[in-house]
Amino acid sequence: MTEIIRLDNITYKYDDEDQRPALQDVSFSVNWGEWVAIIGPNGSGKSTLAKTINGLIEPDSGEVEVGGLMLNEKNVWSIREMVGMVFQNPDNQFVGSTVQDDVAFGLENLGIPRDEMIERVRNALEKVNMLEFAEREPARLSGGQKQRVAIAGIVALRPAIMILDEATSMLDPQGREEVLRTVKEVKEEENLSVLSITHDIDEAAAATRILVMRDGQMIQEGSPESIFSYGEQLVEMGLDLPFPERLKASLKKQGLNVPHDYLTEEGMVDWLWTSVSKM
Amino acid sequence: MDIRFQDVGYTYQKGTPFESKAIYDIDLSIKDGSFTAIVGHTGSGKSTVLQHLNALKKPTEGTVTIGDRVITNLSENKGLKSLRKKVGIVFQFPEAQLFEETVGKDIAFGPKNFGMSEEEGLEKARELLPLVGLDETFMERSPFDLSGGQMRRVAIAGVLALEPEVLVLDEPTAGLDPQGRKEVMNMFHSLYKNKGLTIVLVTHQMDDVAEYADHMIVLEKGTVMKEGHPREIFKEAGWLASMQLGVPSTVKFAHELEEKFEWTFDPLPLTTDELAAQIIEKLPTRGGASV
Repeated sequence: MTEIIRLDNITYKYDDEDQRPALQDVSFSVNWGEWVAIIGPNGSGKSTLAKTINGLIEPDSGEVEVGGLMLNEKNVWSIREMVGMVFQNPDNQFVGSTVQDDVAFGLENLGIPRDEMIERVRNALEKVNMLEFAEREPARLSGGQKQRVAIAGIVALRPAIMILDEATSMLDPQGREEVLRTVKEVKEEENLSVLSITHDIDEAAAATRILVMRDGQMIQEGSPESIFSYGEQLVEMGLDLPFPERLKASLKKQGLNVPHDYLTEEGMVDWLWTSVSKM
Repeated sequence: MDIRFQDVGYTYQKGTPFESKAIYDIDLSIKDGSFTAIVGHTGSGKSTVLQHLNALKKPTEGTVTIGDRVITNLSENKGLKSLRKKVGIVFQFPEAQLFEETVGKDIAFGPKNFGMSEEEGLEKARELLPLVGLDETFMERSPFDLSGGQMRRVAIAGVLALEPEVLVLDEPTAGLDPQGRKEVMNMFHSLYKNKGLTIVLVTHQMDDVAEYADHMIVLEKGTVMKEGHPREIFKEAGWLASMQLGVPSTVKFAHELEEKFEWTFDPLPLTTDELAAQIIEKLPTRGGASV
Protein backbone atom coordinates (compact mmCIF):
# COMPACT_ATOMS: atom_id res chain seq x y z
CA MET A 1 0.00 0.00 0.00
CA THR A 2 1.25 3.46 -0.76
CA GLU A 3 1.49 6.18 1.82
CA ILE A 4 -0.25 9.53 1.52
CA ILE A 5 1.19 10.94 4.74
CA ARG A 6 4.53 9.99 6.20
CA LEU A 7 6.16 11.56 9.26
CA ASP A 8 9.71 10.57 10.17
CA ASN A 9 11.21 11.31 13.58
CA ILE A 10 9.43 14.59 14.16
CA THR A 11 10.55 16.61 17.19
CA TYR A 12 9.13 20.03 18.02
CA LYS A 13 9.33 22.50 20.91
CA TYR A 14 7.03 25.52 21.11
CA ASP A 15 9.70 27.33 23.08
CA ASP A 16 13.44 26.61 23.22
CA GLU A 17 13.24 26.70 27.01
CA ASP A 18 10.48 24.09 27.25
CA GLN A 19 11.70 21.09 29.25
CA ARG A 20 9.70 18.57 27.29
CA PRO A 21 9.15 18.81 23.54
CA ALA A 22 5.50 18.97 22.38
CA LEU A 23 6.45 16.23 19.90
CA GLN A 24 9.28 13.82 20.54
CA ASP A 25 10.62 11.63 17.76
CA VAL A 26 7.19 10.87 16.30
CA SER A 27 6.95 8.67 13.21
CA PHE A 28 3.84 7.33 11.52
CA SER A 29 2.16 7.03 8.16
CA VAL A 30 -1.33 7.01 6.67
CA ASN A 31 -2.09 4.99 3.54
CA TRP A 32 -4.23 6.21 0.65
CA GLY A 33 -7.90 5.78 1.48
CA GLU A 34 -7.22 4.85 5.10
CA TRP A 35 -8.99 6.28 8.18
CA VAL A 36 -6.59 6.72 11.07
CA ALA A 37 -7.63 8.01 14.50
CA ILE A 38 -5.20 9.65 16.92
CA ILE A 39 -6.16 9.53 20.58
CA GLY A 40 -4.47 10.75 23.76
CA PRO A 41 -5.26 13.01 26.73
CA ASN A 42 -5.35 16.81 26.42
CA GLY A 43 -1.83 18.14 26.06
CA SER A 44 -0.36 14.95 24.60
CA GLY A 45 0.60 16.62 21.31
CA LYS A 46 -2.22 15.48 19.01
CA SER A 47 -3.14 18.90 17.62
CA THR A 48 0.50 19.92 17.30
CA LEU A 49 1.03 16.81 15.22
CA ALA A 50 -1.87 17.72 12.91
CA LYS A 51 -0.41 21.17 12.38
CA THR A 52 2.94 19.76 11.24
CA ILE A 53 1.22 17.88 8.42
CA ASN A 54 0.21 20.98 6.47
CA GLY A 55 3.10 23.13 7.56
CA LEU A 56 1.28 25.32 10.08
CA ILE A 57 4.14 24.30 12.36
CA GLU A 58 7.70 23.68 11.22
CA PRO A 59 9.30 20.82 13.17
CA ASP A 60 12.75 21.29 14.75
CA SER A 61 13.86 18.01 13.20
CA GLY A 62 12.44 15.22 11.13
CA GLU A 63 10.70 14.96 7.76
CA VAL A 64 7.11 15.27 6.59
CA GLU A 65 5.95 13.89 3.24
CA VAL A 66 2.42 14.36 1.91
CA GLY A 67 1.17 12.86 -1.36
CA GLY A 68 4.73 12.09 -2.40
CA LEU A 69 5.93 15.68 -1.82
CA MET A 70 8.46 16.64 0.84
CA LEU A 71 7.10 19.42 3.05
CA ASN A 72 9.31 22.44 2.45
CA GLU A 73 8.89 26.08 1.49
CA LYS A 74 8.50 25.21 -2.18
CA ASN A 75 5.85 22.53 -1.70
CA VAL A 76 3.88 23.89 1.25
CA TRP A 77 1.09 25.42 -0.87
CA SER A 78 0.65 22.30 -3.00
CA ILE A 79 0.47 20.28 0.19
CA ARG A 80 -2.11 22.60 1.75
CA GLU A 81 -4.28 22.05 -1.31
CA MET A 82 -4.23 18.36 -0.55
CA VAL A 83 -5.09 18.68 3.15
CA GLY A 84 -8.41 19.98 4.47
CA MET A 85 -8.80 20.60 8.20
CA VAL A 86 -11.95 20.79 10.34
CA PHE A 87 -11.35 22.35 13.75
CA GLN A 88 -13.04 21.99 17.11
CA ASN A 89 -15.04 25.17 17.48
CA PRO A 90 -17.75 25.50 14.81
CA ASP A 91 -18.02 29.24 15.43
CA ASN A 92 -14.39 30.04 14.73
CA GLN A 93 -14.25 28.92 11.11
CA PHE A 94 -16.84 31.03 9.30
CA VAL A 95 -16.03 33.95 7.05
CA GLY A 96 -19.00 34.13 4.67
CA SER A 97 -22.29 35.86 5.43
CA THR A 98 -24.27 32.98 3.93
CA VAL A 99 -23.59 29.27 3.91
CA GLN A 100 -22.80 29.21 0.17
CA ASP A 101 -20.49 32.24 0.39
CA ASP A 102 -18.63 30.48 3.10
CA VAL A 103 -18.14 27.32 1.07
CA ALA A 104 -17.09 29.44 -1.92
CA PHE A 105 -14.43 31.30 0.05
CA GLY A 106 -11.67 28.74 -0.44
CA LEU A 107 -12.46 28.43 -4.16
CA GLU A 108 -12.30 32.20 -4.63
CA ASN A 109 -8.85 32.17 -3.08
CA LEU A 110 -7.76 29.65 -5.68
CA GLY A 111 -9.17 31.78 -8.51
CA ILE A 112 -11.64 29.16 -9.71
CA PRO A 113 -13.89 30.54 -12.52
CA ARG A 114 -17.37 31.61 -11.35
CA ASP A 115 -19.41 28.98 -13.21
CA GLU A 116 -17.30 26.14 -11.95
CA MET A 117 -17.34 27.66 -8.48
CA ILE A 118 -21.14 27.70 -8.36
CA GLU A 119 -21.24 24.10 -9.49
CA ARG A 120 -18.67 22.96 -6.93
CA VAL A 121 -20.37 24.81 -4.05
CA ARG A 122 -23.75 23.25 -4.88
CA ASN A 123 -22.21 19.86 -5.23
CA ALA A 124 -20.34 20.09 -1.93
CA LEU A 125 -23.43 21.28 -0.05
CA GLU A 126 -25.42 18.44 -1.55
CA LYS A 127 -22.85 15.92 -0.33
CA VAL A 128 -23.22 17.08 3.29
CA ASN A 129 -27.01 17.44 2.97
CA MET A 130 -26.96 21.18 3.50
CA LEU A 131 -28.08 22.41 0.07
CA GLU A 132 -31.41 23.70 1.39
CA PHE A 133 -29.48 25.94 3.80
CA ALA A 134 -27.36 27.54 1.05
CA GLU A 135 -28.82 31.03 1.53
CA ARG A 136 -28.93 30.92 5.33
CA GLU A 137 -26.74 32.76 7.80
CA PRO A 138 -24.13 30.42 9.29
CA ALA A 139 -24.73 31.90 12.77
CA ARG A 140 -28.26 30.51 12.85
CA LEU A 141 -27.27 26.88 12.27
CA SER A 142 -26.87 24.19 14.93
CA GLY A 143 -23.38 23.03 15.86
CA GLY A 144 -23.66 19.87 13.77
CA GLN A 145 -24.90 21.82 10.75
CA LYS A 146 -22.02 24.29 11.10
CA GLN A 147 -19.47 21.48 11.10
CA ARG A 148 -21.13 19.96 8.04
CA VAL A 149 -20.78 23.30 6.25
CA ALA A 150 -17.12 23.35 7.28
CA ILE A 151 -16.77 19.89 5.73
CA ALA A 152 -18.48 21.12 2.54
CA GLY A 153 -15.92 23.94 2.40
CA ILE A 154 -13.23 21.28 2.33
CA VAL A 155 -14.99 18.94 -0.10
CA ALA A 156 -15.37 21.84 -2.56
CA LEU A 157 -11.58 22.14 -2.64
CA ARG A 158 -11.25 18.44 -3.53
CA PRO A 159 -8.44 17.56 -1.18
CA ALA A 160 -6.94 14.09 -0.80
CA ILE A 161 -6.90 14.13 3.01
CA MET A 162 -9.33 15.39 5.60
CA ILE A 163 -8.03 16.05 9.11
CA LEU A 164 -10.63 16.31 11.88
CA ASP A 165 -9.16 18.02 14.95
CA GLU A 166 -11.70 17.18 17.69
CA ALA A 167 -14.34 18.26 15.20
CA THR A 168 -17.22 16.71 17.15
CA SER A 169 -16.14 17.48 20.72
CA MET A 170 -18.30 20.58 21.12
CA LEU A 171 -21.44 19.06 19.63
CA ASP A 172 -24.43 17.42 21.28
CA PRO A 173 -24.89 13.67 20.67
CA GLN A 174 -27.21 14.29 17.73
CA GLY A 175 -24.73 16.70 16.10
CA ARG A 176 -21.92 14.24 16.70
CA GLU A 177 -23.79 11.47 14.97
CA GLU A 178 -24.73 13.62 11.98
CA VAL A 179 -21.15 14.83 11.46
CA LEU A 180 -19.70 11.33 11.80
CA ARG A 181 -22.22 10.01 9.28
CA THR A 182 -21.31 12.83 6.87
CA VAL A 183 -17.59 12.10 7.18
CA LYS A 184 -18.18 8.42 6.44
CA GLU A 185 -20.25 9.22 3.34
CA VAL A 186 -17.90 11.88 2.01
CA LYS A 187 -14.88 9.67 2.59
CA GLU A 188 -16.40 6.91 0.46
CA GLU A 189 -17.70 9.12 -2.34
CA GLU A 190 -14.61 11.30 -2.64
CA ASN A 191 -12.14 8.52 -1.92
CA LEU A 192 -10.50 10.54 0.85
CA SER A 193 -7.99 9.58 3.49
CA VAL A 194 -9.10 10.65 6.97
CA LEU A 195 -7.03 11.49 10.02
CA SER A 196 -9.22 12.16 13.04
CA ILE A 197 -8.02 13.44 16.38
CA THR A 198 -10.66 12.52 18.89
CA HIS A 199 -11.82 11.58 22.38
CA ASP A 200 -15.02 10.09 21.05
CA ILE A 201 -15.27 6.33 21.11
CA ASP A 202 -17.61 6.11 18.11
CA GLU A 203 -15.32 8.27 16.01
CA ALA A 204 -12.32 6.16 17.01
CA ALA A 205 -14.26 2.98 16.21
CA ALA A 206 -14.83 4.22 12.64
CA ALA A 207 -11.07 4.16 11.98
CA THR A 208 -9.13 1.25 10.55
CA ARG A 209 -6.19 2.02 12.82
CA ILE A 210 -5.76 3.91 16.10
CA LEU A 211 -2.58 5.65 17.23
CA VAL A 212 -2.17 6.58 20.90
CA MET A 213 -0.16 9.61 22.02
CA ARG A 214 1.09 10.55 25.45
CA ASP A 215 3.50 13.31 26.51
CA GLY A 216 4.43 14.09 22.92
CA GLN A 217 5.22 10.49 22.00
CA MET A 218 3.48 7.84 20.00
CA ILE A 219 3.10 5.04 22.53
CA GLN A 220 0.72 2.55 20.95
CA GLU A 221 -0.81 1.51 17.67
CA GLY A 222 -3.48 -1.02 16.77
CA SER A 223 -6.90 -1.87 15.41
CA PRO A 224 -9.93 -0.43 17.31
CA GLU A 225 -10.61 -3.91 18.78
CA SER A 226 -7.09 -4.31 20.11
CA ILE A 227 -6.96 -0.77 21.54
CA PHE A 228 -10.44 -1.02 23.12
CA SER A 229 -9.40 -4.23 24.90
CA TYR A 230 -7.24 -2.09 27.21
CA GLY A 231 -10.42 -1.62 29.23
CA GLU A 232 -10.12 0.88 32.04
CA GLN A 233 -6.74 2.12 30.83
CA LEU A 234 -8.57 3.75 27.91
CA VAL A 235 -9.48 6.73 30.08
CA GLU A 236 -5.76 7.46 30.55
CA MET A 237 -5.40 7.19 26.77
CA GLY A 238 -7.90 10.03 26.45
CA LEU A 239 -10.83 7.94 25.32
CA ASP A 240 -14.21 7.34 26.88
CA LEU A 241 -14.74 3.84 28.16
CA PRO A 242 -17.09 2.01 25.79
CA PHE A 243 -20.30 1.05 27.57
CA PRO A 244 -19.70 -2.76 27.49
CA GLU A 245 -16.33 -2.17 29.18
CA ARG A 246 -17.95 -0.09 31.93
CA LEU A 247 -20.57 -2.76 32.49
CA LYS A 248 -17.88 -5.45 32.49
CA ALA A 249 -15.99 -3.56 35.20
CA SER A 250 -19.15 -3.36 37.33
CA LEU A 251 -19.91 -7.06 36.84
CA LYS A 252 -16.35 -7.97 37.78
CA LYS A 253 -16.44 -5.74 40.85
CA GLN A 254 -19.55 -7.60 41.97
CA GLY A 255 -17.85 -10.97 41.69
CA LEU A 256 -18.70 -12.24 38.22
CA ASN A 257 -16.03 -13.80 36.00
CA VAL A 258 -15.98 -11.82 32.78
CA PRO A 259 -14.17 -12.43 29.48
CA HIS A 260 -10.89 -10.59 29.06
CA ASP A 261 -11.34 -9.70 25.39
CA TYR A 262 -13.02 -6.55 24.19
CA LEU A 263 -16.77 -7.00 23.76
CA THR A 264 -19.05 -4.91 21.60
CA GLU A 265 -22.61 -4.47 22.88
CA GLU A 266 -23.61 -7.33 20.62
CA GLY A 267 -20.75 -9.46 21.93
CA MET A 268 -21.89 -8.66 25.46
CA VAL A 269 -25.41 -9.88 24.70
CA ASP A 270 -24.03 -13.09 23.13
CA TRP A 271 -21.78 -13.74 26.09
CA LEU A 272 -24.69 -13.23 28.52
CA TRP A 273 -26.78 -15.55 26.35
CA THR A 274 -24.25 -18.39 26.70
CA SER A 275 -24.03 -17.70 30.43
CA VAL A 276 -27.80 -17.95 30.75
CA SER A 277 -28.02 -21.19 28.72
CA LYS A 278 -25.40 -22.95 30.84
CA MET A 279 -27.97 -24.31 33.23
CA MET B 1 -32.67 27.49 49.24
CA ASP B 2 -35.55 26.47 46.97
CA ILE B 3 -36.08 28.03 43.55
CA ARG B 4 -39.55 28.03 42.03
CA PHE B 5 -40.93 29.18 38.68
CA GLN B 6 -44.67 29.88 38.35
CA ASP B 7 -46.09 30.54 34.88
CA VAL B 8 -42.80 32.08 33.85
CA GLY B 9 -42.38 33.53 30.39
CA TYR B 10 -39.73 35.72 28.84
CA THR B 11 -40.10 37.65 25.65
CA TYR B 12 -37.11 39.42 24.12
CA GLN B 13 -37.71 43.00 22.92
CA LYS B 14 -41.30 42.86 24.06
CA GLY B 15 -43.61 45.39 22.44
CA THR B 16 -41.38 45.91 19.40
CA PRO B 17 -41.69 44.40 15.93
CA PHE B 18 -38.69 42.23 16.85
CA GLU B 19 -40.29 40.60 19.87
CA SER B 20 -39.59 36.91 20.22
CA LYS B 21 -40.77 34.52 22.89
CA ALA B 22 -37.87 32.55 24.37
CA ILE B 23 -39.74 30.68 27.13
CA TYR B 24 -43.39 30.43 28.18
CA ASP B 25 -45.69 28.83 30.81
CA ILE B 26 -42.80 27.45 32.79
CA ASP B 27 -43.54 25.82 36.13
CA LEU B 28 -40.67 24.08 37.85
CA SER B 29 -39.08 23.71 41.22
CA ILE B 30 -35.52 23.12 42.29
CA LYS B 31 -35.42 21.86 45.88
CA ASP B 32 -32.77 22.83 48.37
CA GLY B 33 -29.99 20.21 48.39
CA SER B 34 -31.08 18.55 45.13
CA PHE B 35 -28.98 17.67 42.09
CA THR B 36 -31.15 18.83 39.21
CA ALA B 37 -30.36 18.13 35.57
CA ILE B 38 -31.84 20.32 32.84
CA VAL B 39 -31.82 18.74 29.37
CA GLY B 40 -33.04 19.98 25.99
CA HIS B 41 -31.83 20.82 22.51
CA THR B 42 -30.11 23.97 21.36
CA GLY B 43 -32.83 26.60 21.23
CA SER B 44 -35.05 24.89 23.83
CA GLY B 45 -34.77 27.89 26.17
CA LYS B 46 -32.17 26.47 28.57
CA SER B 47 -29.99 29.57 28.58
CA THR B 48 -32.94 31.87 29.19
CA VAL B 49 -34.14 29.71 32.09
CA LEU B 50 -30.61 29.73 33.49
CA GLN B 51 -30.47 33.50 33.54
CA HIS B 52 -33.61 33.60 35.66
CA LEU B 53 -32.07 31.44 38.38
CA ASN B 54 -30.21 34.40 39.86
CA ALA B 55 -32.29 37.21 38.42
CA LEU B 56 -29.87 38.16 35.64
CA LYS B 57 -33.18 38.37 33.79
CA LYS B 58 -36.55 39.25 35.27
CA PRO B 59 -39.48 37.28 33.85
CA THR B 60 -41.75 39.25 31.51
CA GLU B 61 -44.59 37.00 32.76
CA GLY B 62 -45.06 35.06 36.00
CA THR B 63 -42.95 34.89 39.12
CA VAL B 64 -39.59 33.38 40.05
CA THR B 65 -39.08 32.71 43.75
CA ILE B 66 -35.45 32.37 44.83
CA GLY B 67 -35.28 31.54 48.54
CA ASP B 68 -37.48 34.23 50.12
CA ARG B 69 -37.17 36.68 47.24
CA VAL B 70 -40.00 36.95 44.74
CA ILE B 71 -38.95 38.27 41.32
CA THR B 72 -41.49 39.57 38.82
CA ASN B 73 -41.40 41.94 35.91
CA LEU B 74 -41.98 44.76 38.41
CA SER B 75 -39.16 43.87 40.83
CA GLU B 76 -36.61 46.59 41.35
CA ASN B 77 -32.99 45.91 40.61
CA LYS B 78 -32.07 46.97 44.14
CA GLY B 79 -30.82 44.13 46.30
CA LEU B 80 -30.50 41.66 43.43
CA LYS B 81 -26.74 41.58 43.93
CA SER B 82 -27.07 39.43 47.04
CA LEU B 83 -28.94 36.83 44.96
CA ARG B 84 -26.01 36.59 42.58
CA LYS B 85 -23.84 35.65 45.55
CA LYS B 86 -26.25 32.93 46.69
CA VAL B 87 -26.74 31.45 43.22
CA GLY B 88 -23.44 31.08 41.37
CA ILE B 89 -23.55 30.42 37.63
CA VAL B 90 -20.66 28.78 35.79
CA PHE B 91 -21.31 29.62 32.14
CA GLN B 92 -20.03 27.61 29.17
CA PHE B 93 -16.28 27.80 28.66
CA PRO B 94 -15.81 29.88 31.84
CA GLU B 95 -12.04 29.88 31.33
CA ALA B 96 -12.59 32.56 28.68
CA GLN B 97 -13.42 34.94 31.53
CA LEU B 98 -10.10 34.60 33.39
CA PHE B 99 -8.15 37.84 33.31
CA GLU B 100 -5.98 38.44 36.38
CA GLU B 101 -2.22 37.96 36.40
CA THR B 102 -2.23 35.21 39.00
CA VAL B 103 -4.62 32.36 39.76
CA GLY B 104 -4.96 33.60 43.36
CA LYS B 105 -6.00 37.10 42.30
CA ASP B 106 -8.45 35.75 39.77
CA ILE B 107 -10.25 33.63 42.34
CA ALA B 108 -10.19 36.52 44.86
CA PHE B 109 -11.76 38.95 42.37
CA GLY B 110 -15.37 37.99 43.15
CA PRO B 111 -15.08 38.11 46.95
CA LYS B 112 -13.33 41.52 46.68
CA ASN B 113 -16.26 42.78 44.64
CA PHE B 114 -18.50 41.75 47.50
CA GLY B 115 -16.46 43.67 50.06
CA MET B 116 -13.68 41.32 51.16
CA SER B 117 -10.17 42.70 51.56
CA GLU B 118 -7.44 41.59 49.15
CA GLU B 119 -5.89 39.46 51.88
CA GLU B 120 -9.13 37.75 52.85
CA GLY B 121 -9.83 37.09 49.19
CA LEU B 122 -6.45 35.46 48.64
CA GLU B 123 -6.92 33.42 51.81
CA LYS B 124 -10.24 32.24 50.39
CA ALA B 125 -8.53 31.32 47.10
CA ARG B 126 -5.91 29.27 48.98
CA GLU B 127 -8.69 27.40 50.77
CA LEU B 128 -10.55 26.66 47.55
CA LEU B 129 -7.73 25.33 45.35
CA PRO B 130 -7.67 21.83 46.91
CA LEU B 131 -11.46 21.67 46.59
CA VAL B 132 -11.16 22.00 42.78
CA GLY B 133 -8.25 19.57 42.67
CA LEU B 134 -5.35 22.05 42.41
CA ASP B 135 -2.63 22.61 45.02
CA GLU B 136 -1.29 25.80 46.60
CA THR B 137 1.57 26.11 44.11
CA PHE B 138 -1.02 27.35 41.59
CA MET B 139 -1.65 30.58 43.58
CA GLU B 140 1.16 32.53 41.94
CA ARG B 141 0.90 31.04 38.45
CA SER B 142 -0.59 32.87 35.52
CA PRO B 143 -4.01 31.46 34.62
CA PHE B 144 -2.95 31.61 30.97
CA ASP B 145 -0.12 29.09 31.40
CA LEU B 146 -2.49 26.36 32.53
CA SER B 147 -4.08 23.53 30.57
CA GLY B 148 -7.71 23.86 29.50
CA GLY B 149 -8.91 21.62 32.30
CA GLN B 150 -6.92 23.50 34.93
CA MET B 151 -8.18 26.88 33.68
CA ARG B 152 -11.73 25.62 33.98
CA ARG B 153 -11.13 24.59 37.61
CA VAL B 154 -9.76 28.04 38.41
CA ALA B 155 -12.85 29.65 36.88
CA ILE B 156 -15.10 27.35 38.91
CA ALA B 157 -13.14 28.19 42.07
CA GLY B 158 -13.85 31.86 41.30
CA VAL B 159 -17.58 31.15 41.46
CA LEU B 160 -17.24 28.97 44.58
CA ALA B 161 -15.32 31.80 46.27
CA LEU B 162 -18.63 33.63 46.72
CA GLU B 163 -19.86 30.68 48.80
CA PRO B 164 -23.04 30.13 46.80
CA GLU B 165 -25.81 27.90 48.13
CA VAL B 166 -26.82 26.95 44.59
CA LEU B 167 -24.26 26.18 41.89
CA VAL B 168 -25.55 26.34 38.30
CA LEU B 169 -23.39 24.63 35.65
CA ASP B 170 -23.92 25.13 31.93
CA GLU B 171 -22.30 22.20 30.06
CA PRO B 172 -19.36 22.22 32.47
CA THR B 173 -17.46 19.38 30.78
CA ALA B 174 -17.73 20.50 27.13
CA GLY B 175 -14.35 20.30 25.39
CA LEU B 176 -12.57 18.44 28.23
CA ASP B 177 -11.01 15.02 27.68
CA PRO B 178 -12.65 11.97 29.36
CA GLN B 179 -10.25 12.03 32.31
CA GLY B 180 -10.90 15.75 32.85
CA ARG B 181 -14.67 15.24 32.50
CA LYS B 182 -14.67 12.50 35.10
CA GLU B 183 -12.64 14.60 37.55
CA VAL B 184 -14.81 17.69 37.14
CA MET B 185 -18.06 15.71 37.51
CA ASN B 186 -16.74 13.94 40.62
CA MET B 187 -15.84 17.33 42.05
CA PHE B 188 -19.42 18.61 41.61
CA HIS B 189 -20.80 15.43 43.07
CA SER B 190 -18.65 15.79 46.15
CA LEU B 191 -19.72 19.45 46.57
CA TYR B 192 -23.30 18.20 46.50
CA LYS B 193 -22.73 15.22 48.82
CA ASN B 194 -20.25 16.68 51.29
CA LYS B 195 -20.92 20.43 51.26
CA GLY B 196 -24.67 20.22 50.75
CA LEU B 197 -24.63 22.49 47.71
CA THR B 198 -27.69 22.52 45.48
CA ILE B 199 -26.52 21.70 41.95
CA VAL B 200 -28.26 22.61 38.69
CA LEU B 201 -26.57 20.93 35.72
CA VAL B 202 -27.39 21.76 32.10
CA THR B 203 -26.16 18.88 29.96
CA HIS B 204 -26.54 16.74 26.83
CA GLN B 205 -24.92 13.74 28.51
CA MET B 206 -27.71 11.40 29.56
CA ASP B 207 -25.15 9.09 31.20
CA ASP B 208 -24.23 11.96 33.54
CA VAL B 209 -27.89 12.63 34.31
CA ALA B 210 -28.35 8.95 35.21
CA GLU B 211 -25.20 8.85 37.29
CA TYR B 212 -25.58 12.04 39.32
CA ALA B 213 -29.02 13.69 39.21
CA ASP B 214 -31.96 13.08 41.53
CA HIS B 215 -34.24 15.47 39.70
CA MET B 216 -34.66 16.15 35.99
CA ILE B 217 -36.31 18.81 33.84
CA VAL B 218 -36.85 18.34 30.09
CA LEU B 219 -37.17 21.58 28.12
CA GLU B 220 -38.30 21.79 24.53
CA LYS B 221 -39.23 24.75 22.34
CA GLY B 222 -39.32 27.14 25.29
CA THR B 223 -41.31 25.21 27.84
CA VAL B 224 -41.13 22.30 30.30
CA MET B 225 -42.17 18.98 28.77
CA LYS B 226 -41.44 16.80 31.79
CA GLU B 227 -40.17 17.16 35.34
CA GLY B 228 -39.41 14.35 37.80
CA HIS B 229 -36.92 11.75 38.96
CA PRO B 230 -34.61 10.52 36.16
CA ARG B 231 -35.76 6.95 36.87
CA GLU B 232 -39.34 7.92 36.02
CA ILE B 233 -38.48 10.00 32.98
CA PHE B 234 -36.06 7.47 31.47
CA LYS B 235 -38.84 4.86 31.63
CA GLU B 236 -40.36 6.61 28.65
CA ALA B 237 -37.65 5.70 26.17
CA GLY B 238 -40.03 5.94 23.21
CA TRP B 239 -41.09 9.46 24.12
CA LEU B 240 -37.48 10.55 24.62
CA ALA B 241 -36.50 9.05 21.27
CA SER B 242 -39.34 10.95 19.59
CA MET B 243 -37.84 14.11 21.14
CA GLN B 244 -34.44 12.99 19.80
CA LEU B 245 -33.07 13.13 23.32
CA GLY B 246 -32.02 9.53 23.89
CA VAL B 247 -31.60 7.54 27.10
CA PRO B 248 -28.52 6.60 29.15
CA SER B 249 -26.45 3.63 27.89
CA THR B 250 -27.59 1.57 30.90
CA VAL B 251 -31.27 2.04 30.08
CA LYS B 252 -30.71 1.32 26.40
CA PHE B 253 -28.86 -1.90 27.16
CA ALA B 254 -31.40 -3.00 29.80
CA HIS B 255 -34.17 -2.60 27.20
CA GLU B 256 -32.19 -4.70 24.75
CA LEU B 257 -31.79 -7.48 27.31
CA GLU B 258 -35.47 -7.29 28.24
CA GLU B 259 -36.35 -7.94 24.62
CA LYS B 260 -33.84 -10.71 23.95
CA PHE B 261 -34.06 -12.62 27.23
CA GLU B 262 -37.61 -11.76 28.28
CA TRP B 263 -36.17 -10.30 31.47
CA THR B 264 -37.73 -7.44 33.42
CA PHE B 265 -35.59 -4.87 35.10
CA ASP B 266 -37.28 -3.35 38.12
CA PRO B 267 -36.46 -0.74 39.25
CA LEU B 268 -35.00 0.65 36.03
CA PRO B 269 -31.19 0.55 36.42
CA LEU B 270 -29.51 3.95 35.96
CA THR B 271 -25.87 3.24 36.81
CA THR B 272 -23.74 0.36 35.53
CA ASP B 273 -23.47 -0.91 39.12
CA GLU B 274 -27.26 -1.09 39.40
CA LEU B 275 -27.49 -2.84 36.03
CA ALA B 276 -24.71 -5.31 36.90
CA ALA B 277 -26.36 -6.24 40.21
CA GLN B 278 -29.65 -7.03 38.49
CA ILE B 279 -27.96 -9.03 35.72
CA ILE B 280 -26.06 -11.15 38.25
CA GLU B 281 -29.32 -11.91 40.08
CA LYS B 282 -30.84 -13.17 36.84
CA LEU B 283 -27.95 -15.46 35.91
CA PRO B 284 -28.54 -19.14 36.76
CA THR B 285 -25.41 -19.73 38.83
CA ARG B 286 -24.53 -16.61 40.76
CA GLY B 287 -20.98 -15.47 40.19
CA GLY B 288 -19.78 -18.52 38.29
CA ALA B 289 -21.44 -18.16 34.94
CA SER B 290 -18.37 -18.22 32.74
CA VAL B 291 -16.10 -20.47 34.80
